[in-house]
Amino acid sequence: MSEQTVMLQNEEELLLSRFPEAVKKDERKGYEGYVVEAKALRDFATTLRDKLGYDYLSSVTGVDYLPEGKMEVVYHAYKTTGGPALVFKVQVPRENPVVPSLVPVYPGADFQEREAWDLLGIKFEGHPNLKRILLWEGFEGFPLRKDWREPYFEEEHKPYKSRFPEGKFFRIEDRNPFGKNVDYPAGFDPDKWIPDNSNALIYEGLGRVERAGDDLPTEQIVVNLGPQHPSTHGVFRMVVTLDGETVVDLEPVMGYLHRNHEKIGERNTWLMNMPFTDRLDYLAPMSNNFGYALAVEKLLGTKPPERAEYIRVIMAELTRIQNHLFAIGMFLNDMGAFFTPSLYAIEERELILDVFEAVAGSRMMVNYFRFGGVARDIPEDVMKKIHALAFERLPRRVDELDRYLTGSEIVRVRSEGTGVLTAEQAIALSAAGPVLRASGVPYDVRRADPYGIYDRFDFDVAVRYHGDVYDRYLIRIDEIRQSLRIIQQALQQIPAGPVLAGKPQYQFRVPPGESYGRVEGPKGELGFYVVSNGKGNPWRYHVRAPSFINLTALAEMTRGQKVGDVVIILGSIDIVLGETDR
Amino acid sequence: MSTKPKKDEGLNSPQYDIPEELQNTVTITTLDKIYNWGRRNSLWPMMFGLACCAIEMICTAAARFDFSRFGMEVMRPSPRQSDVMVVAGTVTKKMVPQIVRLYNQMASPKYVVAMGACASGGGPFKEGYNVVSGIDKYLPVDVYIPGCPPTPQALIYGLMKLQQKVDRQTIKEIYSRPDEMIPVPVLGPDIMDPREYDRIRAYTRQKAEQEAAAAADTAQA
Repeated sequence: MSEQTVMLQNEEELLLSRFPEAVKKDERKGYEGYVVEAKALRDFATTLRDKLGYDYLSSVTGVDYLPEGKMEVVYHAYKTTGGPALVFKVQVPRENPVVPSLVPVYPGADFQEREAWDLLGIKFEGHPNLKRILLWEGFEGFPLRKDWREPYFEEEHKPYKSRFPEGKFFRIEDRNPFGKNVDYPAGFDPDKWIPDNSNALIYEGLGRVERAGDDLPTEQIVVNLGPQHPSTHGVFRMVVTLDGETVVDLEPVMGYLHRNHEKIGERNTWLMNMPFTDRLDYLAPMSNNFGYALAVEKLLGTKPPERAEYIRVIMAELTRIQNHLFAIGMFLNDMGAFFTPSLYAIEERELILDVFEAVAGSRMMVNYFRFGGVARDIPEDVMKKIHALAFERLPRRVDELDRYLTGSEIVRVRSEGTGVLTAEQAIALSAAGPVLRASGVPYDVRRADPYGIYDRFDFDVAVRYHGDVYDRYLIRIDEIRQSLRIIQQALQQIPAGPVLAGKPQYQFRVPPGESYGRVEGPKGELGFYVVSNGKGNPWRYHVRAPSFINLTALAEMTRGQKVGDVVIILGSIDIVLGETDR
Repeated sequence: MSTKPKKDEGLNSPQYDIPEELQNTVTITTLDKIYNWGRRNSLWPMMFGLACCAIEMICTAAARFDFSRFGMEVMRPSPRQSDVMVVAGTVTKKMVPQIVRLYNQMASPKYVVAMGACASGGGPFKEGYNVVSGIDKYLPVDVYIPGCPPTPQALIYGLMKLQQKVDRQTIKEIYSRPDEMIPVPVLGPDIMDPREYDRIRAYTRQKAEQEAAAAADTAQA
């Protein structure tokens, strides 16, 4: 028996003996972890964190088990020293789902609980700020519930019978009374509609709040950055409360690109979701494919052939490089070096996109991974191109970027000591990826819980210790270098052979059960939580998006900073709105 | 002696005799032509991206594709200074009020380019509950560019089509039309277009009646 199994058994004994009645093992077929009674949840989580060292709550999500009349909240906790997940669940009745909030224990649960409230209507008791996060206050219903139907509803599952195999096409607009994607509840009168503006003062902008007690009476001012603002990397909004130029408080407002990945994903067949994952983090499509393929392969029990494993690693690392290049370019943009550094970075990125186009057929939306391998082999001439990039061009160009930027006095003065996040805060707020590692926590899923064939490569987990904006920039340069090391090793070791296990398939019979596939994406830990009930479509399809959860730490980083620095702090987190809002 | 203007001199109007020694210095043309010549070569897009397509728009602005060759490099973050709104990405219900407001803030003459499948008609996310199936449900679109996302070449081609459209307009046509303000949609239980309040009221009243009738039926049975 390995050391790890012994440890896991000890943990299990401790948990079951400590909570003899409230905690049971999850006995359903294909499921793992513990089922916890709602009233014991907070004690259970505190024990996990303080006694067992599960200090990092990675994912919180809800599942609507309509046939059983239950709502389930699923938590995945990890140790920052590495190792597998500890999964625990709370089951509550569907009519009035109330679960105690875990924000006092794991502050990183904040946004994820709000999301579960927004989309599934699960109430988290004791949450400091439980309101809608992706949709708006006043939206009718909770869309991820299985009995909720969108205005353009056709059928429960794809492929739709009307279109396949008969192929009768029609425009869905023609079936909607308004000719567009809208529906209203019965008896609703638009003239009597009063929007819920409980925080109108914040959101309307320029609301003034008098500050009590101080020698010098000053007024606080509320400023809106976004959703259309060049610094927000898309459609993101920050409501900043200012005292002079100093940030007193900041509230991120998101959902402007909420594209309903999860609802659409639960109607799609398993394979149909692959191209949708490309559009999550559209700067790192290969990593998204990787995470989803891993999650479904866990359920299917297939293993990709050797060559496919190597191709996956090469593609995932190329993705990381091009993402970090773009991130550095845009970060310098935010700092005021408008577009010139970006031009250098995008020039190299284009070369990597050429590789993607050659292997997958598309520059950005690659749709390249399949369950049990990849879609196509890498052609010989493209292999030569990757060789030239990994061994010659990219190392030289990264050194060049490093030489121009790292020592630059302006970059250093603006970013050193700005937006500091300590290691304790980063762990508590569930920050992931470069944000976590720049705060001095050497946690990288590729090392901590290796997937694919990452355990075969020799590379260092990049880590920096100041937790400021400058370190978050440096760590991206470090990571590009480490990724190049991995690609170089993979290129030397890659064997010949098939790239897909079995025959190409469109329909999969996925055995019932749950699975959580996670990869170290360029932005951080990217997880896919899928639940199958044995049918042709996923019952639940949830994405643990690093950009979304990293934003939990934004308010913490910006408090006390100058308003001009908010822009570079946001730039240093490197968010992508497609993933933040999903 | 050839007094015919050369074919490729786009600005010159035909049928004017210009002495040979002045041909490289003097051009006789119409006001429409010179006005449009200036406009078509300085179409300033608004710096505003919604989703994946915005990344391809940035790549189009970068060194390899470089749309400053067509006079479009000046991306303005303010709608007051921009001529073209490139709607680059999925339009969601939560975002559409802001997009309409930005459009209203642009100065006339203004153009809208729907870049990509989502902006043109909803794209892969069309069925989503928070997705508007095409920006043309709210704004007048001049050029649609297919693709998911369109390649930079496709974007440049679409913008060149827009230039051709600009070429064909006349000053009279542009300025005789009053500047139309589009009512900003409101976020209610769903997105509401203020022009449709009557239809919404009729629909919800009918729905309430149907539900009441259905409830009465079940009570009887």
